[in-house]
Formats: sequence, C-alpha cells, structure tokens
Amino acid sequence: MRYLIFVIALLGLPQAGLAAGGSNVPLDKVDIDLKDRESLRNGAKLFVDYCLNCHAAALMRYSRIGQDLGMTDEEVTTELLTAGGKIGDTMTIVMQPKEAAEWFGTAPPDLSVLARVRGADWLYTYLRGFYRDDSRPWGVNNSVFKDVAMPHALWELQGLQEAKFETHVDADGHERETITGFTLVEPGSMTPEAYDAAMRDLVNFMVYLSEPSKLQRLELGKWVLAFLFVFFILAYMLKKEFWKDIR
Amino acid sequence: MSKRLSDRMLSLRDWVDARFPLMHLWEDHLTKYYAPKNLNFWYYFGSLAILVLVIQVVTGIFLTMNYKPTAETAFASVEYIMRDVNWGWLIRYLHSTGASFFFIVVYLHMFRSLLYGSYRGPRELLWVIGMALFVVLMAEAFMGYLLPWGQMSFWGAQVIISLFGAIPYIGEDLALWIRGDYVVADATLNRFFAFHVIAAPLVLIGLVVLHIVALHSVGSNNPDGIEIKEKKGPDGVPLDGIPFHPYYTVKDMVGVAGFLIVFAAVVFYAPEMGGFFLEKDNFTPADPLKTPEHIAPVWYFTPFYAILRAVPDKFIGVLAMGAAIFVLFLLPWLDRSPVKSIRQRGTLFKVILAIFVVSFISLAYLGTVPATPIATLFSRIFTVLYFAFFLLMPFYSRWDKTKPAPERVTFK
Repeated sequence: MRYLIFVIALLGLPQAGLAAGGSNVPLDKVDIDLKDRESLRNGAKLFVDYCLNCHAAALMRYSRIGQDLGMTDEEVTTELLTAGGKIGDTMTIVMQPKEAAEWFGTAPPDLSVLARVRGADWLYTYLRGFYRDDSRPWGVNNSVFKDVAMPHALWELQGLQEAKFETHVDADGHERETITGFTLVEPGSMTPEAYDAAMRDLVNFMVYLSEPSKLQRLELGKWVLAFLFVFFILAYMLKKEFWKDIR
Repeated sequence: MSKRLSDRMLSLRDWVDARFPLMHLWEDHLTKYYAPKNLNFWYYFGSLAILVLVIQVVTGIFLTMNYKPTAETAFASVEYIMRDVNWGWLIRYLHSTGASFFFIVVYLHMFRSLLYGSYRGPRELLWVIGMALFVVLMAEAFMGYLLPWGQMSFWGAQVIISLFGAIPYIGEDLALWIRGDYVVADATLNRFFAFHVIAAPLVLIGLVVLHIVALHSVGSNNPDGIEIKEKKGPDGVPLDGIPFHPYYTVKDMVGVAGFLIVFAAVVFYAPEMGGFFLEKDNFTPADPLKTPEHIAPVWYFTPFYAILRAVPDKFIGVLAMGAAIFVLFLLPWLDRSPVKSIRQRGTLFKVILAIFVVSFISLAYLGTVPATPIATLFSRIFTVLYFAFFLLMPFYSRWDKTKPAPERVTFK
C-alpha cells in the first residue's frame, strides 16, 4: 500500500508543473487585515465617497457594517449614510443600471462580493493602475483591466500617471507591449505613499464586504476544532477499551 | 426508584416489540450482525458517506427556508443567507463543503472496493446499487450547483445540458425539454430546485437503504478478501466476525471524529478551497450575455469532463463520458482474478492499478485547465489508460501471478 502511494506521488510530480503559467500582469501584493478596524473604517468611508455613486453593494446593510466595525448607529449615519437613508438599508444607489449602461457602455457591477471574484491583490493593483490614454473615452486606461469602461474615479486623490512601456518579442514572434511602471505627471491631493495606504484600506474594506462573516468564522473555528480534538481522543480511548477483548 | 424506571423502560420496549420488530431489527443489523474483525482505515468511508448525507439533508432543509429559486432572486438570496440569516454562513458552508466531501468520501469508498475486490461475488448487486447511488449523487450535485445562480452555475449547466444536444435526431429537443427554455433560464432553475431538494434526495435515500440491505445480506468483504461466513463456530457465528455494535459503532465514532476535524478545518478556514470547492467566478451573478473565459465544472466532475474533451467529435465525446461511468457498473464481471484482495494480487495488477489511479487524478486535473494542445494530448493518453484498465481487466487479471488467499483473516 505504501509502495502504491509512493508511485502515485512520484508520477504526480511532473503534473504540478503544468499548473503554473498563464498569468499576464504581475499583481502587487496587499496586506489584508480584517482585524484592523481603523483601516476598515477608513476604507468604508472611501468606499461610500468614491465607489457608491456608480456601484451599488446592494447585498450589504449599513447596520451590519456598524456592528462589525464597532461603530454606533450615529457614527454610521454621519460617516457612511451621507446621502441619507435608514440604518437598516442596503447599500443601493440612485443610478439605474439601464441609464448607467448608456453612459458608460456597461452597467457598473455590484461590488458586494467582487473581492471574492477578483481577489485583494487584483483590486489593489487595479485601483493604482489607471494611466493616461487619450484614445479612451475617459482619457484613462488600466494596467490590469485593459480598455476598462470605468473612469479614474479617484484621480483627484492620486493625480494622473503615465505608463512606461517596454516592447519585447514573445515566443510566437509577436511584438508585445508590457507596462513596466508609472510616472506621476499631475500630482493629486495625496502623496503616492498616502494613496497606496488609502487603497490598502479600501481593498481591506472590500474584502470584508465580500464576506462579513469571515471574522466570526475564523474565531469560531478554533473552538470547534478544539472540541473535535477532545472528542477524537475520547472516542479513540473508548474504542481501545472496547476492542481489548478482540483477539 | 431507579430500578422501577428501568423496569418501566423494559416493559415499554416489550410493548413496542409485541407490535413492531424492534429487537429483531436491532439484533439483525447491529448486535448480531457480524462484521470481519480486520476491517481497516478504508472501511470508514461507508459510514462517513451516511454522515455526509445527513449533513447535506439537514443543512439543505435550513437553506431551503431562505433560498429563493428564481433567476431574479437566487444569487441575492444566497448572499442574504451569508449575511442576514443567523448562522446562515455556517449552514451554507457546511452544505457547499459537504458536497465536495461527499465526493471525496465516495471516491475513497469506491477505491476501497478496487483494492480489496469488494465488488466481486457475492457482492455484485451491492456494487451495482452503489454505482446507481454514485450516478444519482452526480445528478444531485449537478442540479444543486445551478442553484446559487452564479456565472459558473449558469455556464456549467449550459455546457452540460447542451451535451444532450449532440445526440442525433432527438438531441436538440431533449436539451430543450430538460431546460424548459432555449437557454438555461428561470424555468431551468425552478425544475432543478425541485429535483435537487426532493426528487433526487428521495431516490438517493431509497438507494442507500437498498445498499445497506444488500450489504447486511452478504456481509462486509475485508482486506484479506475472504468470506468469514465460510468458517463458523458451533454457535453459528463466523469465527472472524464480531458484532457490529458495539465494536464497529465505537470504531466508526473515531472515524467520524477524525473526519469532522478535517471537515471543520475546511469549513472554517478554507471554504473556497482555493477555488475548487467554491469557484471564484461563481461569486459573479449569472449573466446569459457574458460567457466566462474559462468554463470548468466543479472538481468532482472533471475526470469525466476531461474524457469528454479528449474526444474530437462532440457526440462520441458524450458517449465516451457516459461509457467512462457505465464501465464501472461492469467491474464485477470484468475481473477474472482467482483472488479478490490486493494483498494476494501480483505485481502486474498493482502496477496497473497505480497507473489507473494516476490516470484518474491526472484527468481530474486536466478537466480543470483550459484545453491547450498539450493538455488535450495528455487527456487523450490518460483517457486511453482509463478505459484500458477496465477493458483489459479480463486478461491481465488472469495473467497476474497471485498468492493463495489465507484461511482466516489476518488480525494484528
């Protein structure tokens, strides 16, 4: 039996190599910390101010954010419910998807669970990856989402950057342009470091938003596993005791 | 006082027993049902499959209380369960993780049969009922996967149902009849919901009962592959048999505890399992106008999906996929070895079984990746090896140099 497992493991190894590859743009790593309430609260504020005009997060309630981030109902009302509404409301927007599709070419997606689709690193890279491209309707393009329909909603914070391109020939002989970096041509109200920190907070919040129960899940898991380990030991001792008389 | 209470309990038992075969069932299936004493690790997965079935039924009932099966509301209602329903996230993760673990447990349960020849006579029907269970389980899982109404739910169902369209003459009409619409739509979601929550589970539970009735009639096989009923003591009890209760009930409890540790670790710390248990794209609501770049079924279907894609012609591919499942039904009649268990089989069988396992796992992997030329080439090689395992079995199982089976089971 052990021999069999060994053979399987050995033959399985070269397969692992096939799994790699296929990535296009390297993503910048972002440090997500769902216990950092300051960061989440700042992220929530940015989210409401900059995202929640065109994008909805219709599956999430304001009151839930308050509970999870340790905010009182008053704090939620003044900080997050800036456009009015009730504490128990979901994060909807006034703009209708149909109108939005006419204005932007496509309706901005609901952001409730977006972080689970894209991942935190992608969002972090995306939010910092807008660059000037006069051929696009909004004058900007994005390094990880080519020809994105979204304008750079945060440009007044970040300013405007230009991309540095590098041309190289790929394996099939085609010329390809890759973005190697950015240069800030028009500074925004934030320094690049402050902007990165703000985007980290925003992504942190979006990760929380995509699965608000995650902290509860991680917390409860410890106790469940601890209980099961004790149960396992007791069950094992019981089994030993019963099986003593089997020869 | 306490004596009086136990006396009362006993008279209650006798009252019931005079009207219902309570003690008869208890003895036949537990205290006087004799199982071989040498059952090992691989024999946990039968009782674990029942445990997972119970988890799925119970969590499923609670999910149904808040899930709304319409194209308009399905996706949002799942997130409503995740956010607004008390403990909803736990119930949902138990159910979604349970689906994947059902297949892990069942695949290991089936592999146990391969190892020890549990499908051989007199257990052919037990195996065939088990295979029917596997097919119904696949249908159950496939229909359940549509319910969250995410992109992968939608497009996975779209691809799989369109396979029926490859059947000549009746195919397109059949696919239309299954969907109830020209594309996967609200009507499809509604009927899949009906099948997932009532029709398939009823059949599944019925087959589980048949599976256990058949098992308790022929008795468990064991790692030595010999029949314990052939060596009985003067009291008519198999010499190598021990009562299922209490010996295997306490032993299975250890298995349950061990299983739950792994299961809970996934539920609480990796419910998405790196995109294998909950696919990333399924967190995007279904959009009939936007085809995802890469459509892959959930991992437990990927070996068969890889076989489908390995064949250039769509209809023949569908047939190959069906055959890959159907050929398993024939296993009891393909194996012509004089022995059952791998313990007595020769090197030839062991090597071929290892190649089969590698082929199956590789196909599972290849079914998850885009069909590049190199992936397709490997899929074809492993598809041939997969079928060769079954179709050549009548020959190599006879050529294999086997050892004689022991007289009695080996224990410690």
